Formats: sequence, C-alpha cells, structure tokens
Amino acid sequence: MKRDFPTLFERSRTGRRGTRPPRPAEVDLAGLLGAENLRAAPPRLPEVDELTVVRHYTNLSRRQVGVDTNFYPLGSCTMKYNPRTGEAAAALFAELHPYQDPGTVQGALQIVYELQEYLAEITGMDAVTLQPAAGAHGELTGMLLIRAYHESRGEGEQRRVVLVPDSAHGSNPATASMAGYQVREVPSGPDGEVDLGALRAALGPEVAAIMLTNPNTLGLFERKILELIDAAHDQGVQLYYDGANLNAIMGWARPGDMGFDVVHLNLHKTFSTPHGGGGPGSGPVGAKAHLAPFLPVPTVKREGGRFLLDFDRPQTIGRMRSFYGNFAVMVRAYTYIRMLGAEGLKRASAMAVLNANYLRKKLAGVGYRIPYDRLCKHEFIAQPPEGLKALDVAKALLDYGYHPPTVYFPLIVKEAMMIEPTETESRETLDEYVEAMAEIARRGLEDPEWIAHTPYRTPVRRLDEVAANRKPVLRWRPEEA
Amino acid sequence: MDFTPHTPDDVRAMLEALGMQDLRELFADLPDALLEPDLHLPAPMSEQEILAHLRELAGKNASADKAFLGGGLRPHFVPSLVPALAQRGEFLTAYTPYQPEVSQGVLQAVFEYQTMIAELTGLDVSNASLYDGAAALAEGVLLALRQTRRMGVVVSQGVHPEYRQVLATYLHAVGAELRTVDLEDGLTPPAEFDDTVGAVVLQSPNFLGAIEDPAPWVEAAHATRALVVYVADPLSLALLKPPGEWGADIAVGDGQPLGNPMNFGGPQFGYIAVREKLVRQLPGRLVSQTHDVDGRRGYVLALAAREQHIRRAKAKSNITTNAQLTALMGAMHLAALGPEGFAEVAAASVARAHALAEMLARLPGVERVTPEPFFNEFVLRLPRPAAEVRAGLGERGWHAAAPVPAEYGANLALFAATERHDEDDLAGLAAALKEVLA
Ligand SMILES: Cc1ncc(COP(=O)(O)O)c(C=O)c1O
Repeated sequence: MKRDFPTLFERSRTGRRGTRPPRPAEVDLAGLLGAENLRAAPPRLPEVDELTVVRHYTNLSRRQVGVDTNFYPLGSCTMKYNPRTGEAAAALFAELHPYQDPGTVQGALQIVYELQEYLAEITGMDAVTLQPAAGAHGELTGMLLIRAYHESRGEGEQRRVVLVPDSAHGSNPATASMAGYQVREVPSGPDGEVDLGALRAALGPEVAAIMLTNPNTLGLFERKILELIDAAHDQGVQLYYDGANLNAIMGWARPGDMGFDVVHLNLHKTFSTPHGGGGPGSGPVGAKAHLAPFLPVPTVKREGGRFLLDFDRPQTIGRMRSFYGNFAVMVRAYTYIRMLGAEGLKRASAMAVLNANYLRKKLAGVGYRIPYDRLCKHEFIAQPPEGLKALDVAKALLDYGYHPPTVYFPLIVKEAMMIEPTETESRETLDEYVEAMAEIARRGLEDPEWIAHTPYRTPVRRLDEVAANRKPVLRWRPEEA
Repeated sequence: MDFTPHTPDDVRAMLEALGMQDLRELFADLPDALLEPDLHLPAPMSEQEILAHLRELAGKNASADKAFLGGGLRPHFVPSLVPALAQRGEFLTAYTPYQPEVSQGVLQAVFEYQTMIAELTGLDVSNASLYDGAAALAEGVLLALRQTRRMGVVVSQGVHPEYRQVLATYLHAVGAELRTVDLEDGLTPPAEFDDTVGAVVLQSPNFLGAIEDPAPWVEAAHATRALVVYVADPLSLALLKPPGEWGADIAVGDGQPLGNPMNFGGPQFGYIAVREKLVRQLPGRLVSQTHDVDGRRGYVLALAAREQHIRRAKAKSNITTNAQLTALMGAMHLAALGPEGFAEVAAASVARAHALAEMLARLPGVERVTPEPFFNEFVLRLPRPAAEVRAGLGERGWHAAAPVPAEYGANLALFAATERHDEDDLAGLAAALKEVLA
C-alpha cells in the first residue's frame, strides 16, 4: 500500500522541541504587554525536532522538480540555469537594514545604482526604478507612470482605454484594470502578429496606452513594430513593453530603440535569478525621459563619489513597495550581467533563439504541428498531432523526466504548447527531448488509454482539481486529514 | 562567462539544420535599423573575479546584524537549517507549481505555510504569499472594497508610513478615497465611519511600537458593515491576541521576522489571511488539499478563477510571481522553533527592547514617545535630528535611531531590539548614544 506523505502537523508531538533560542530570562509578559493583550493559547504550530524538520523538507524537495533536476522548457518563464554564484553573491549583503545610515551601505547603493544604469543601457531607456517586486508589479508601476503622464497633460480624464492584443499574457489586462483603465482587446492577424489595420482602427483620443511584448507570446517578432509605434505615437498613445520576453533579443535590439516609452523586466527570467517555486522575483521598470519625473521614490543617484537615496521627485506616482525593492534579487542579476558583459548577453540570446528554432524544426519533423512555422525567437508554439491533447502530452512528459511546456497559453491557439528551451540547454538535451516527444506522440495515438492516464511514475498521479475547487481544503485540520 | 553549453560544432550543426550559416540570420526578422546596438557594459568577469569585486563592495557596507533598527524589519536569529533547506535546488529553481504531479514539494510546503499563517492570525485562510507587507496591505484593502462595493478607506496613522504610501498609490489608481486618522499620544483614537467606508486599517503594534486596543475600531467598522484590515508583525502574534480574535476580517503583514535576513529591505514576503467568507476575493495563489486517481492525498493550486491567467481584466489582482521561497523560509523557521521556541524568541525580543528603552530614556535630553505597553520597537525624542544621530552612531559601529517621518513629530527616532542582542550590546549602544548626544 502506498502511504500518504505526512504533513508537519501530523509529525508533531506535544512537548517535542526543535531549535532552541538562548536560555530565556524570566519575562513578565503580562506586566510588559498588558494581560488583556496576550493570546489565550499559543498558535498550533508543529512541535518537531530538527531532524524531523530537515527530513521533512528534504523529502518534500524530492517530490519537486526544478531547473536543477530536469529540463524545464516552460514557455514565457525563461527557466534557464541559475548560477550558484548568484547565491554566494547575495549572501554577502544579507545583513543590511534599509534604515541604516546611507554612509554605511555605500557598496549596496552602488550595486543598485549601477544595475539601474546597466538595465537602462540594455533596454535603451533613460531612467530605471528597481522598486517593483515582480513583473506584474512592474507592469502596474509602468501603467501608473503612463497615467500620471497623461494626467500631467490634462488628458487623464479623456484617455481611459488601454489596448491589449488577444495574445497578451493575463497579467497585462489585469494590470490595466488595477491602474484604473478599461481594457480593449486587439485581434492578432493570421500571421500571429498584431493586426495593424485593426490596431489603427482602435486608436483614438480615448486610448492611453498599448501593452505589447515583442517577441510576442507566440515567440514571433512583431515585424511592423516601427510602423505600429509611429501610428500610436501620432495619436498621443504611449507604448508599454512587457519585458518577459527580453531573453530573445538582448544585445540584438532594444525596446527603447523600437520606440517603447516604458518597459518592465523580469530579473527572475532574463537575468537568471532563481524562480523560488513562484518567487520572489524582481520587476524593474525603465522609462523614457518624459516619464522619468513620475518614477516611484526613492531611486539611487550618485553625487561625486557618494551614492544617495533620491526622494526628490515632486511628480512621483508615489511608492510601489516598502523600502527599495527586492535587493537580494538585484544582487544576483548584477552578478549575472557583470559575468556575461555585453558579448555574453548577446550570445545568450543568440543561443536561446538557436535552441528554440532547432527544437521547432525537429518537433515539426516528428508530427507536432507548428501553427506559425517561421523563424521564431526564444520560444514557439506547437500543437500535438491531431487526436492528442496538449494536457495529455504534458502529463506523459512527466514520466519521461521532463517538465512540460506552458500549455493552453496563449489563448488564441487551440491546444497550445508554448516551448522555451532557453540558452543553457545542450543540443543533446534537446535531441533527447525530441525523441521523448516523438515516442509520446506515437504511443499516445496508438494507445489513447495509456496517454489519458499518464503519468504513472510521479509521486502522485493526476489530481482531482474539480474537488479542490468545489470544496477547497486550504489548511490542515486534524479532522480533515 | 555565459553558461551556454554550445560548442562551435554544435552551433554549426544546429544552424545547418535550420539552413543557416550565421547566427545573424536568426534575427533576420528584426528591422535593420534596430540591429546590434552597441551596449556599453563593463567587461565580462569570471566567477572568481566577480566574487572578489562583490566582496570589495560588501566591504563598503557595515553589517547590521546587531542593528537596533526596526520598521517591521529587524535582525532576528535564523536557524541554520532554514537557508540550508531553502537553497535546495528543487525549491530554489522551480517555478509556480502548475504541474502538481511533480510539484508536491512546493505545494505541500505552501499548504503547511497557509496553515501556519491562519494559526498565527487567528483567521481561517491564508494565501500562498504576496510581495511584502505594503503590497499585502494594498491588496487587503482592495479586497475589502470589492467585497463591500464601497470606495472609502480610513487608515490609522499608526500604520507604517511606507505601507500607507504604497496604499495611497494603489488607491489613487482605482479612484478610491483614503482618509488618515492621526495618532493621539501615540495611539489611534476612536473613530466613526460612515457607510461609504469599505475598509478601515489599523496596525498593532503600531509604527511607534505601541500596542493598540483594536476593539473600538472593530466595533465602529462592523456597525457600518465596513471590513477591518489589521496589520500585524508576525512575531508579535507569538504572544499577542491575534487579529481574528479581535474581530478583524483581514490580517496582513511582512514576513521578514520569520526566517528571512533583512536583505537591505527585500525580498521578504507579505502575508494575507482572511475569514472564510472572503476566500473567493483573495488575490494570488492558493493551495488546496485533494487526492489523486489512486486515492492518495495531494495538493493543487485552487480557485484559479480569481487569477489573471483565467480572469484577465476581471481578475482579483494582477499578481502572478509572488514571494514563495521566502514564505517557505518563514514556514521552515516556524517549524524549527515550534510554538515554544517562537514564543521564547518573541519574549526575549520584548524583554531586550524594554530594557533598552529604559536605559536610553535615562540619557539627558532623551524622552520616551511610545506609550506603554509596547512590543519590541519604540520611539524616542532626541535633542537633535535623528539622521545626524544615526550617522554619529554609524561612525561608531552602531546602527540605531532610524529617523521617524516628521508627520509624527520633530526629532523622533525609532529603535528596536531582538533576541540577537545581549546585555553588552545594550550597554554599548547606550554608551555610544551618550557620546553622540554629548
Ligand atoms: C509575458 C508575461 N508578462 C508578464 C508576466 C508577469 O511577470 P511576473 O510573474 O514576474 O509578475 C509574465 C510571467 O508570469 C509573462 O510571462
């Protein structure tokens, strides 16, 4: 019989102790804190010894795959190798408090300042804030810059609409709503690029901004980007660049040169900081000069040989986050950029694009459909052979030791599998992956029962998500275990 | 050093498979005018070189491991097993657990984290994490406005000023109205709310460190069906009556005191916990227990219909990447300490802070501002501007006296103490402060 993996709460035994703080002094808590303020009963945390904690999490980690264990071509997420150098680097700066005297954190401020400069250079922007904590947080920051800009010109009331392509990532329309805008979708053309005609028709005095990513979520470079941006700018519309896909073009082209007014980056994608099972990341925002007065405060500036926190920005949108952003993530990205330099970044993008195109070609050769079969950038969309579902292919891949691609996104392609191999994967890995994909396609078509019930060899098999949504169990309780 | 495995032969063969000769052909779909800008970046470095460079930069910082600084972030002791476990590659290099069959590690750890946060706050349900305390506050207030379909927010001045600034940014964006109730003698005075108010926000211990009596606000808010958002330092919840017991509907806060280094301000994690009836309004990821086709217990992301990738413009929030690993460090920290250890840490922190406040208040010209009872942070009025005093202390190797914004009064400085300080540290700071003020 297979046993459930116990929770920490089930491993708990009353009175068992783990890490002990230094011997506590007698503290008169009721006297110091007020008896009426004390909790009646302690929180029911697990009572476990250290070995149990270590074994618990170590064994949990063995029920988890990451880039360190498996090929992880999760489209849009840039699951590249995360150098351990970044971890060593971050550890050097862990014991700094955001409120200590700026004279005692000059090294840290220098990193922030220089990273602002590097990211401005890489994106072709004039000013950068490192405050946003993730990509979506950067999106909100960027959209608020645009809003403040329109308001400063007396057009805030008039420009109420944000255009978003139908291929856009969900965070784009969600962000536009949080920034107080109405969202209007623009269709993609048959070539997978934004339909320029439809976009022109959608432009008008009520439009505040267009949110785009380029290459787009199909992995295709928007070839009419310069025309598109000119058309928008002619109407006073601002251009937002979702930098989730910057890994395709570092050192080859810059969003700033394309004409974008504001851009966010995901340091946890392009700049190789670890994804941590879902975060923390960092989502710096770069802005052209006309938007720079609205950036959140503080930024870091240099005066002579000293680095200072700069709060002097009278038109600022305000603060987006406590303190100065996810500094330890910045240190990792700084480390990465300094290790690669301009040439290394350019090569990283070239290899990312090479790997994606190579994989696209090879998968097309083993029966997968490529709906937009042309030169792609760092990722591409595939569809399973007729008769198979993307979900089943994804589940079958688990038994072959691969993390599946992103599936069912972008929404405009049926049965989409969004594959992003990244530059740090070798040709052998790609070739083996193609073999596995070929075998899955063959076996899946021959034996629909087999594929419908994959995976067989994972720690748990297909899970009942319907039950989880209908009657969610969101915390451990003895009676529900 | 670019971490790509491609040999020249690989590149040639792969290009050939594509019918190409040159890497430039991979970018043939970009307009010529854009191609290959000169990037002015410093020359590449090896690992050895970059680490030497970073050590030099680190040498220009003074470690704050013994800082007497607060504001929600403080130097607390972190058991060694926390970073060791969090650095395991499986946790470190995974992403959002969309494929539950191979993500039970993260999913179960999040489920346990959610349980611990619910326990600490005395509320029913926690999500998987938000960015930080400030973002958690903003999200908590937006949640309350959605639920009540109102656009008014009242916030106590006792809420961390940076959190209030972030809140103001978020609320301005959606056109909500924000009113601040000033502190009186360091505490939030009773207030009344009309029926345009959807959310009232209180922090305890407040920014000055004082423990508030939330009861009058909770009562007044609920009288008009407004929801109460309660900002709480999770360490305080080891000892203090939790938000849920006070009647709060939503609790938020910053998780740094749980197992995370200060990191010069980030990352840490934000937590949010709510009453059951608000679950479907929660932003961000949620993990639910379920079972697999063989009947084994397992965990999945649940109620995704709240989220951006399903609901797009109508999502509860735009959040996707959160602060998962730092939140799991919080859970590991709580697991290592257990309820007793956690309470001992909190009690030690309280005891040190009270001892320090007494010592420092005896110095000439120094006056206590935070009323009793307070927790592990407190504010003093100094005879000179706090920034000057902080710099003077910094020159002597001490980190303390964070300037308190002028809205709270002139020459105010924030102090904190934790279990990491011993008697000598307290005496040392007192002596240094005496010198600086002399
Ligand atoms: C195209 C795109 N835009 C925006 C985001 C949002 O970034 P984050 O998850 O860092 O908030 C993502 C990733 O989730 C993305 O893939």
